[in-house]
Amino acid sequence: MRSVLGDRRALLILLGPALLVYTLVMLVPMGWSLGYTFFKGNVIEGFTFDGFGNFEKLWHDQQAHSALWFTFKYGVVVSVGQVLCGYLLALLYVFVLRKSSALIRTLVFFPVILPTVAVALMFQKLFAVAPQNGLANTAVEALGIHHGDWFASGGGSFLVLVVMDVWRSMGFYGVLIYAGLLDIPEETIESARMDGATGWRLIRHVVLPLSWPVVLASAVFSINGTLKVFDSVLALTNGGPGSDTTPLTLYMFRTAFSYGDYGYGSTIASLLTVVCLGVSLIIFRFSRRDPTKG
Amino acid sequence: MHHTLKHRSPAVLAATSALGLLLSGCGGTDASSGGAKEYSLTINDDNHIVQQELKTLSTGACKAQNTALPLKIQTLPISNVDQKVQLLAGQNALPVQFAAGGTPALTKTLDRAGQVLDLEKTLKDLGVWDDIEPAAVTTVRNLYGKFNVMPYQFNIEGIWYNKKLLADHHIAVPTTYDELVAAAAKLKSAGVTPFSAAGKEGWPITRLISGYLYRELGPDALQAVADGKAKLTDPAYVKAAQAVADLGKAGYFGKGVGSIDYDTGVQQFLTGKAAMFYMGSWELGDFNDKAKNKVGASGIGFMPFPTVSGGKGSADQIPANVGLPVAVSAKAYDSKVGDWLSCTAKNYGAGSLKDQGTVSGFKPNGDTGTLPPLTRQVQDTISKTTTSILWFEALFNTKATETSQTNAAPLVTGSLSAKDFMKKVQADLDNG
Repeated sequence: MRSVLGDRRALLILLGPALLVYTLVMLVPMGWSLGYTFFKGNVIEGFTFDGFGNFEKLWHDQQAHSALWFTFKYGVVVSVGQVLCGYLLALLYVFVLRKSSALIRTLVFFPVILPTVAVALMFQKLFAVAPQNGLANTAVEALGIHHGDWFASGGGSFLVLVVMDVWRSMGFYGVLIYAGLLDIPEETIESARMDGATGWRLIRHVVLPLSWPVVLASAVFSINGTLKVFDSVLALTNGGPGSDTTPLTLYMFRTAFSYGDYGYGSTIASLLTVVCLGVSLIIFRFSRRDPTKG
Repeated sequence: MHHTLKHRSPAVLAATSALGLLLSGCGGTDASSGGAKEYSLTINDDNHIVQQELKTLSTGACKAQNTALPLKIQTLPISNVDQKVQLLAGQNALPVQFAAGGTPALTKTLDRAGQVLDLEKTLKDLGVWDDIEPAAVTTVRNLYGKFNVMPYQFNIEGIWYNKKLLADHHIAVPTTYDELVAAAAKLKSAGVTPFSAAGKEGWPITRLISGYLYRELGPDALQAVADGKAKLTDPAYVKAAQAVADLGKAGYFGKGVGSIDYDTGVQQFLTGKAAMFYMGSWELGDFNDKAKNKVGASGIGFMPFPTVSGGKGSADQIPANVGLPVAVSAKAYDSKVGDWLSCTAKNYGAGSLKDQGTVSGFKPNGDTGTLPPLTRQVQDTISKTTTSILWFEALFNTKATETSQTNAAPLVTGSLSAKDFMKKVQADLDNG
């Protein structure tokens, strides 16, 4: 083995193709995109150098600010929802359903494999008020809550979006955390029980600390996915009403491809990259902390 | 050292050639510079009329041209038109004919980049320039600066009304804006939805703003904004948005207007669920379609947007346009495309009237059949129109257009004030 890895030719042959493909499909476009941030113009008429003009524009752009704020708001609420619901589901599988959880696990996991667009269309119809009253809307009205058109206000649209995305992905986090919970030795839980820890205390002081690494992994997964949300917003609300549910990704897409401003679109993309990087760093730093000493 | 180099070079060579192959693959080939293999048309999917009529021509009057260069239609949602056209233009891969984008601004950009065929010159060279209606030529020039789109449609816009619903509630056809509002109030209290409007698309609502603006401030109202002489945030302009917001506040657009899409809007009106419908005459095709129109073509009337008391505009200034028009790629043009264009110019006008019951910008040469009464009324109105006006976003850039149309529903549902609506659109005009 040592002799193979010591041979430069072997290294080149083994790593070369992968490195080449990675460079071509990842690094070159990334560098290219970064380069665009200093230009203005469009693909039809060509580009002109604009220095830091795009960054200055970003600094003052109200729409970018509200898109950034929406991205954070959505990321935090949906990530918390996903991980929390996933954790509760995992607890349900392990402690309540035990060995008979397979069917429920499959059913709850099912929405994960459905296409986002199909799910979004379904939720549009569920919460619609016109031309027909949707099922979910009828159910909510039966409870005495008359919300009116959910998609007419930013708040209503946001709520439907959160419910949809949590419903869509909680099965995945449920299974992920379930795998983590299975790793906790039965004896540890047994001895905790004998010491008198039950219910909430058992979970808070024994189960949660022992499953903390998998919770953190889920959180990293979740927040990085939700910060880059695109398809579910596009299909459900198309960023509306107005631009109330427009995240950075959708704003970037529109700017680059609908308004034909590649330079500014790339600038928004680089902001998104910085945000994702920053959030990941914060979570990793947080992960070093021992949750039992909080 | 020599040893290492000697052995490394084949690998380096392989890597370099692989890179070269990949790059040449990315570059693409410039297939569209003349010599098109198909008479391709990329068009928004809600535009059935042009698709159907070109298909009819391809098996009828233009059969020979179709054999030489077969017609191939690709459709896409209207909201994706701009994006697709820009991307294809950037790669020099525009189809022979393409929907010219949601805003004239984009067509002008394409034209500056040499992508759009100068149709005035081409049609004159082909000897078919006289087959174009002069009114259509003027309208296209107003919008695009020169004649560079095919006027497959020539539309006027106004309010269509359900004659029976108005008569049942003893409402005379409104001629002033105040009468229109009073009629809406009467209909609403009788449980009839006064206006059907596609809030999801937004433009059927912003058309009402421009309608009000033109009646209040005269036919130059939006040109003044384009020239920077006025701003949408000026009180007179905000007043128009406020008037439309008030219609929404009073519930005159019915429930969930933001979720109503174009087809649902049409359906609401044609099934008698709504009394009035602001729309262009391109909808004549559906109005004359017995299967779709449950109200019956004779049950529908047309009124121009009513006048605003004390306003500078008049009701005979009618919004006219050439629909979302179709431009021809300058790079894909060759003699076979020319044959298609001249055959189209000669035969489209009559075919459009006869088969679709809609008016186009081509002169109807030959048999047009017996025209349905609504189509005749539209033709009459077109011939009597002295000044034509444009729609709200006609002179806006792409971003301001989208902002205007996506915020139309919030404006009429009350989540966005008239002032903020105009402020948002003006901001995009200033930055564009």
